[in-house]
Formats: sequence, structure tokens, C-alpha cells
Amino acid sequence: MTALLEATGVSVDYHRRGAPALRAVDGADLSLARGEILGLVGESGCGKSTLGRAVVGLQPAAGEIRFDGRPVVPLGRRRRDPGMRGLQMVFQDPYASLNPRRYVGDQVGDGYLLGGTSRPEALRKAGELLERVGLPADAARRYPHEFSGGQRQRIAIARTLAAEPSCIVADEPISALDASAQASVANLLVDLVRELDMGLVFISHDLSVVRQIADRTAVMYLGRVVEVGPTRELWSSPAHPYTRALISAVPRADGAGVLPVELPGDVPDPARPPGGCRFHPRCPLALPECSRDDPPLVALRGGRSVACVLQTPGEPVRPLATRRKDAT
Amino acid sequence: MTRKDSPRAARSPWRQPLALVGAAFIVLWVLVALLAPLLAPQGPLDQLSPKLLEPSAQHLFGTDELGRDVLSRVIYGSRVSLPLAFLLVAFAAVLGCAVGAVAGFFGGWVDGALMRLADLVFAFPGIILAMAVAAALGPQLRNAVLAVVVVSWPSYARLVRGLVLSARNAEYVAASRLLGSSSVRTMLVDLRPNIAGPVLVMAALDVGNAVLLLSGLSFLGLGAQPPTAEWGAMVAAGAANFDRWWVGLFPGLCILTVVLAFNFVGDTLRDALDPRTARAIRG
Amino acid sequence: MGALLEVEDLTVWLATRRGPRMAVDGLSFQVDSGEIFGIAGESGSGKTMTAMALLGLLPHAARTSGRAMFEGRDLLAMRPRQLRDVRGRRIAMVSQDPSTSLHPMLSIETQLTEHMRHHLGLSRSAARGRAVELLDTVRIPDPERALGAHPAQFSGGMRQRIAIAVALACEPRLLLADEPTTALDVTVQAGILRLLHRLRAERDLAVVVITHDLGVMSAVADRICVMYGGRTAEVGPRERVLTRPRHPYTRGLLDALPHPEGGAATLRPIPGSPPSLGEVPAGCPFHPRCGYAVPDCRTGRPAPVLVGPGHAAACPPDPLEGDA
Repeated sequence: MTALLEATGVSVDYHRRGAPALRAVDGADLSLARGEILGLVGESGCGKSTLGRAVVGLQPAAGEIRFDGRPVVPLGRRRRDPGMRGLQMVFQDPYASLNPRRYVGDQVGDGYLLGGTSRPEALRKAGELLERVGLPADAARRYPHEFSGGQRQRIAIARTLAAEPSCIVADEPISALDASAQASVANLLVDLVRELDMGLVFISHDLSVVRQIADRTAVMYLGRVVEVGPTRELWSSPAHPYTRALISAVPRADGAGVLPVELPGDVPDPARPPGGCRFHPRCPLALPECSRDDPPLVALRGGRSVACVLQTPGEPVRPLATRRKDAT
Repeated sequence: MTRKDSPRAARSPWRQPLALVGAAFIVLWVLVALLAPLLAPQGPLDQLSPKLLEPSAQHLFGTDELGRDVLSRVIYGSRVSLPLAFLLVAFAAVLGCAVGAVAGFFGGWVDGALMRLADLVFAFPGIILAMAVAAALGPQLRNAVLAVVVVSWPSYARLVRGLVLSARNAEYVAASRLLGSSSVRTMLVDLRPNIAGPVLVMAALDVGNAVLLLSGLSFLGLGAQPPTAEWGAMVAAGAANFDRWWVGLFPGLCILTVVLAFNFVGDTLRDALDPRTARAIRG
Repeated sequence: MGALLEVEDLTVWLATRRGPRMAVDGLSFQVDSGEIFGIAGESGSGKTMTAMALLGLLPHAARTSGRAMFEGRDLLAMRPRQLRDVRGRRIAMVSQDPSTSLHPMLSIETQLTEHMRHHLGLSRSAARGRAVELLDTVRIPDPERALGAHPAQFSGGMRQRIAIAVALACEPRLLLADEPTTALDVTVQAGILRLLHRLRAERDLAVVVITHDLGVMSAVADRICVMYGGRTAEVGPRERVLTRPRHPYTRGLLDALPHPEGGAATLRPIPGSPPSLGEVPAGCPFHPRCGYAVPDCRTGRPAPVLVGPGHAAACPPDPLEGDA
């Protein structure tokens, strides 16, 4: 199998003055094919954004990251390898990811300009891109502050499209937007993936949107990917107790008045992760060995992977027990 | 103001009364400096009249202790203070921007070394340094300018370094780098518009300060030497003839109007160069 | 006995550079003790301004009309001094971001006991005892130790629990919660929603929850008011509003949500965007975005009409007939 984007054993340490290094991502694996949308979910602080920045090269990381078969080199002072232009990123906050003092058209045109297109041609194509993402034709000669949040995010998406990407990593691209803008920006991304046969890593804490648009979903907890699988199957039969806890915490707007299930406890301090399985202190199904053994991510049947002792490698997913284990 | 901003941002801030007054005074003084020989009734050094005459129809601003026309000296004085102030600010800004950009961009020990140097110079009072320079090289206006340049670049270096540092980690810079933009292009294209505005504001405010500092040095006898018609030196003469108010008052008023004018304009530029507040001003 | 809070024809004008603009337009609702009332709407719908008006925290240049009767007194007619006494003591507020509603430099103890000592005249030790109880109520582990800590030492979810404890300090009758879980993870959100639900049962507390998240509404609210363009689009019992919406806007909001079973691949947003302040269209404010609009919608001003028990919708054409 040839993956478009493949990350193996990625670790990211944040070095802090006067404190132990903080391992935000600890041996995470990801892979993405062309035309595929991979949802990356987890609680805040789980390292999903850091992993996203690492795979595009914005964050130095240990481990191996390959895009189109070539290693991704972290961005330094030197110019980025032109072969990496196909790997782009959309950021969370469209207020911070656009330069407030440059015309929208110039910023969108950058991608063409840096690809060797002449300036008038780049500006013309930028105008086309802006219309493609649903903005008025005169948008190019305006500043970012003249647009709403949803429109800005469209501009940011148009800017990445100018590099003719085959893979986009979108870090919480809709969470800073209004409800109706959220849906339309998410739809735009899905349309672009289908139309241009790109790969998309959609990082989000909004599980219901991920469920709607992602082909596969990866769940992160405390710097690790704990479960990956086709979205539909992962939701209907989660293999990891944490995945199940996340899913059942999402409230449904069905009018039934059902309170979502609470996952007790907070995400532990990533600088001092618990020994054994990192989820065991909060896990309702934890076994004695969970505090000792750290389960690796292993493949199950049906294209699913999980890091939990309750599942057996190579076997189909075993349904998780519904009853909570009594406290010991 | 950058060329790109002008159609949008420049038009309306000038509706603000203070900015208008400031700009009017600056234009007025520039014209006075350019047209001094035509405007002044006498030469700046001509001693054609009795000493210390009160202001009258013949000598609008009176005459000084050597019988020179104060009005003429004030007019010629603008040819000394203004160009030197502009020159000084330009030098300091270019030097400071270069140092700040290098420090902010390279970081690490380069940043450390350059910024410690800036701190060192920053801590040095300009007047004292000017006195030291005057003692070493002789009291001349040129040496005073040199001394002031040496002490005023660090504020630009700090400003630019801060702007580069905050912009360097901005997501729009990251996005630009991902598109394949080189470091130098990032600096020029993405950071320049963000840096040009604040630097211009600081420079505008600084022209006023420079006039004040140069006049101060001349007042102390460390800058322009007699018989040059320089405002600070003229105020000093006024201080020596304290009961003859016109000798010191008029050059003092000149300094005041120039400093205030540049401050008004600098403040307005600051608002105008930020597209977000520019909109608020436009209303 | 009447309702605890009875808002009648509340209208709020905000001052803008182009003159006063209506942010809330003739809103009426009531909240009983022990009830969780939800106000739903997108940004600009007037939901936050409604809360600010009730608390007397509108910007200076704002004007209000109508009545907001709380425990027999009109909140809108109170002097600032009287209002200050009601606020914090009888009505408390929980905001979206606990990192701004808690003071970063003061200890949890100071923030919890300050109001109790001021409003209730408790002694230092009595206030401290109550503070421990409150932290225990909102499920902060080791409350004694938490008292000495500062907000930065807690996670976002814990901070929101502490903010709720601060709000509860003076035994208010009404809690206004403006997007109380929007900044939190779903797992943490679930805990806060459960806490609100438990508090209203244990303390007979009335809660007004303001949120754009219909999932949150569905989980905790007894009755829901959907606002659009400063007006009520629809108000009624939770189950009816969410399963048998009568207003096209409510229907649009529900359709825009990701499908509960997933897989539909695209989301269905309502076309267009909500009106901003001062740009609310004439007639029914929703008509430019409404798929069922008829010419009358552009001129008439539909008032809420009863469409079921306790269920009213401001949409006379009844476009969704057959659902009710």
C-alpha cells in the first residue's frame, strides 16, 4: 500500500526552561491515502494539534514522517523543499493565519508566485481561487479584517489551494467559526477533497462533525494514538474504552433529555504521564495489569487498530463490557 | 506611509483636527526652511540695528544682544534644526531596524549580543554622551548629531526585534513558509508591512524629540556654536538676557511648535497605519 | 404563585456609530423555580444581550424597555445600587470562559468567601466552612487544599466548576449561564451539564442556559426559546421544539447538525448568514434565508402563536404542517 502521508513513531518534546521536557506527542502513528479524510480527535492537550504541525514540518519531531514517499524535513531557516509544496496546512484561527496588512489577493497569489508563475498571472488565478471557495470577485483587493470568520477561513483554504496540494492538514479549521459557517466550511473542505483527489487530516474536538465527514477516525489520548479505524465501525463498536467514553459524552439534539455520560477525572499532566496504559486511571474497565503494561497500537481485523489489552491482535473487535468494573 | 496603504488609509485621518494642525505646521516649517532667504528681512548674522530692540513694525520679533533681527535668525534657524533632525532620525532608524531585524531573525547568541549592546547604549544618557563626544572631538553640531544617533538607534532595534519575533511565530508566516517562501522573502513580504508602520510612527515622533535634543545640546553649548542661528543657542542667549523676553521666547516657540506638530502627526499615523483602527477613524 | 422570572416585551437598543440599533426586540418568557430554561441562537441573535439586560450589565449607552419581574421586582427599573445587591446574591452568572470570570491573582478562598462575607455577613471561619461545602458540591477533589490554590492551578473544566461554586456562594435563586460549556471538551462538558442538572434538583434553582449548541439544550433544558434577529422564533417544551419544530429556522438549525448516525457525508447549513446588529430585515427577520417564505413574510411581523401545549412559534404560514 502506498500512503500519501505516513507518520511512524512520531514524538515531540517541548523543552521548557526550569522544567522537565514535556512530551506532547509520544510515538504516534498515522497514515493517509489520496482522496481520504482522516479525522483526528481527542481532548484538548492530547497532542493532536502538535502532531498535525509535526507532520507538515512546522514542528521538529523524532520518528519518521513521509509525504509522497519523501521524508518531511522540519522547516528551518532554509527554504522549504519545493517537493513538499503539496503538503499544506489550514490553521484554527483565521484571524491569526492571514496577514492583516496584506491584500487578500496577494496572500492567495503567493502560492502561485512561489511556484514560478508570473505576478499578473498569479493574481488572476488567485481571483479564480477566491471565487472557487465562494467569495465575491472583489475580495482580492480587500484586507482580511473586512471579512467574517467563515470567509477568512475560506481565504486561508484558497491560499493553500494555490500550491496545488495533494494533502491538507486542517487544525480545528471550523471551531473558531459560527454554527452556520462551520457547516459550510466543512462542506467546502469535503468537496475539495473529492474534487481534487486530495488527502485531508481533519483535526477537531467536535466529534459529531468528524463522524459526519471523515472516512477514517484516529483517536488520541495523552500524546498517543489509541485507536484508528473506519469512522462508521469505530463509532458503532468502539474498541478502546476511551473512544467509547468520548462518543458517549457527545450530547444529541434529539429532545430526549438524556444527560451525556461523564468521563471522571481530568487529562493528566503530559509532563508526568501515568505508568502503564495512560488511560488506566480514568478507565472504567481497567484491569490490574493496565497500571503496569503499556499496550502498543496493534492491528485488528477490518482495518482497525487499537492500543488496549482488551482486544486481541488480528481478531475482530471485541465489544466492550457495558457494566463498569467495581472499584478496587 | 507605504504606497499600498495610501488609497485606503490615508484619506480620512487628516480630518482629525490635531493631525491637520500638526501637518500644517510641518508644511509651514519646511516651506520656511526652503524659502528662508526670501522670507527673512535680513541675513541671520547681519548686525544692522541697535541691540535688544523691543518687537516693533520694523523688527517684528525685536533684535538680540548683538543687534541682529530675531525674526530673521528664527527663520534661518529652521535650516539648521529641521534637516539635521530628519537626517539624524533616518540614520538612527536605518541602523536600529537593521540591528533589530538581524537580532530578531537569527535569535540565539546573535540576538543576545546585539540586545545587550543595545541595553548598554540605551542606559547611557544622550546628553552625557554628547558632552563626552564634545570633549573628545570638540563642540560642533556635527558631533552632537553623531552622539544623538549613537544613543537613539536602540529604541528602533528593540521595536523591530519585538515585531520580528512576534511576527516570526505568527501563523501567517508559517503558512507562507509552507508555500515555499524563503526566510528573506518572508521578511520582506510578510514582515515589512507590519514593521514599516510602527517604525514610521516612531520616526515621526522622534523627529520632534531630535529637534528638542539638538536644541538642548546647543543650549548647553555642546552643539551649534555662535554665531550660527540655531534655536537652542538662541534660547541660551535669551536666558542670558532674561529681562528681554523676546530674545528667548520666539526661538522657544519654534521648538515647541515643531515638537508638537511631529507628535500630533505621529499619533495620527499610528492609528492610520493599523487597518483595524483606520476603519474606526473612517467611521 | 407566579414564575420566578417573568420577562415581558424586553427590548434592548445598543448605541452604534449610526445611532441606536435594536439588539433584542420584544422578547417575552418566564422561568419557574427548579426549571432549566434554554435560550438558543447563533451569534447576533440577541441571546447574550438578553442576559446582560437582566443583570444590568449592558454597555452604558444601551437603553431597555419592557419589564423583567424577578421576585416581584422589575430588574429593568432598579437603580444600579439595588441591582448590585440582587446580582450575585439572588441572581448569579456563569460565563463562557472561566479563565476570565475568575481573578487570576486571588486564591480560590478569597473569591469564594468575599461575596458571602459581603452579602451574607458571614464570619471568616463560617464563610470558609461554606466554601469547602460548595467546592464539595461542585465535585472539586480535596476542597480544603483547593481553597489555597489559584485558578491557574486547575484545568478548564475544574475552573468552570469553581466559577459555578462562586456563583452559588450566596444561594441565588436564578443562575444565568452564558455558553457555560462552549470552551470545554465534550467529556468535561458532560460533567458540567450533569452538575447543572443536579443543582437545580437539589436547590430548586432556576437556570437560564444560553447556548448555540442544540445538543446541550437537549441534554439539560426543560423548555427552549429559539431566538433569531433579536426575536423569539419558537419557544416550547424541549421535546416538542427539538422533535416537532414549527419554525423553519429551528428546523434549519436541526438540519444543519451532523446527522446522529453519521454518514450523510455533507452537512446542510442554512443558506446565508444571520443578520448583524442593525441590519435585521423588515417583516419576519428570517425571511431572506427561509425556504418557505411567502410574500407576506416580507411585510408582516409574525407574533408567536400557540401551536401546541406551551409551544409557540412566530411563523403563521405553518409551512411544516403535518409534523405537529
